[in-house]
Amino acid sequence: MSVAVAVDDGVGHEARPSASEAGPATKRIVVSYGFWIFLLSDIVMFSAFFAAYAVLAQATAGGPSGVQLFHQRSVAIETGCLLASSYSCGLMSLAIGSRRYGITYLDALVTFVLGAAFLVLELREFAGMIAVGAGPQRSAFLSAFFTLVGCHGLHVTAGLVWLVVMMAQVAIKGFRPTVERRLLCFSLFWHALDIVWVWLFTVVYLMGVRS
Amino acid sequence: MTDTRYDRAPGDASALPDAEQGTSGAIVYTIGLVLAVGLTGLSFWVANTSLLWAGGISLGLTVLAIAQMGVHLVFFLHVTTGPDNTNNVMALAFGVLIVILVVIGSLLIMADLNDSMMPGPELMNLQMQR
Repeated sequence: MSVAVAVDDGVGHEARPSASEAGPATKRIVVSYGFWIFLLSDIVMFSAFFAAYAVLAQATAGGPSGVQLFHQRSVAIETGCLLASSYSCGLMSLAIGSRRYGITYLDALVTFVLGAAFLVLELREFAGMIAVGAGPQRSAFLSAFFTLVGCHGLHVTAGLVWLVVMMAQVAIKGFRPTVERRLLCFSLFWHALDIVWVWLFTVVYLMGVRS
Repeated sequence: MTDTRYDRAPGDASALPDAEQGTSGAIVYTIGLVLAVGLTGLSFWVANTSLLWAGGISLGLTVLAIAQMGVHLVFFLHVTTGPDNTNNVMALAFGVLIVILVVIGSLLIMADLNDSMMPGPELMNLQMQR
């Protein structure tokens, strides 16, 4: 009786092959899924900074508030730079998929220049704020602001360094599977940064200018 | 890779038959860019206009931001509801849950604590002074 059941079970499993019977997932899926989990944990970390900022946004301790400090025009240009660099990063991953070196380098260059322009604008904004005495030590609002926006800026800086390293690897190693997986992770990282920025410019700059 | 029993790597465009190769990828990114630019422009307009009821602007900006994040996820990161994407969407949903708990929870708790402070908030609540 028990033998018959065992045989029956075996047949049942054979009849409908599942994802686990198709064998382990390819390394590309495993690597980028792992990086996806890292990105989500990174966004959870950002959410803590967002919560701190939202709580402390009115705690200016008599110092300057967002309405006095934020310039919408430079924020709009920064947003445009990051959005366009996200687009060129997407075009780069298409060029990588079709193994076109020239377009890959061109898109990487555009992505890098736009990212660097974003960073320069942000640093100029920070320098201007510190110059008028609105540094991170002025009030709880400004501490939270510099932590949140600065953390995003650090991520962009890391992304730019990573992009340069990846282009060197493409030049030296070519489109090997390892290099392609790293490039996929880079494009995930870059698009995720843009998503964080959408959240950031809405909460910090647009709502800050209103209230 | 066309075997749909496999999951899809996050960020990879669909390998399902309805997604063609070649130029269609660039069109997807371009649609995403156009939508994102439109939503960004709308956000800046909403933040600066005096035509709308001021009380509803924060809510409107939040809705526009969530819409734009959705555009980024769908058109740039190729997140879909397809069967090959379930793991990615589940991980994303869990991340979003934690984010909402952290942000909304902090705001509610801190607002409640501020409300419960002793009289004379200027004296009792030094770090929250305006």
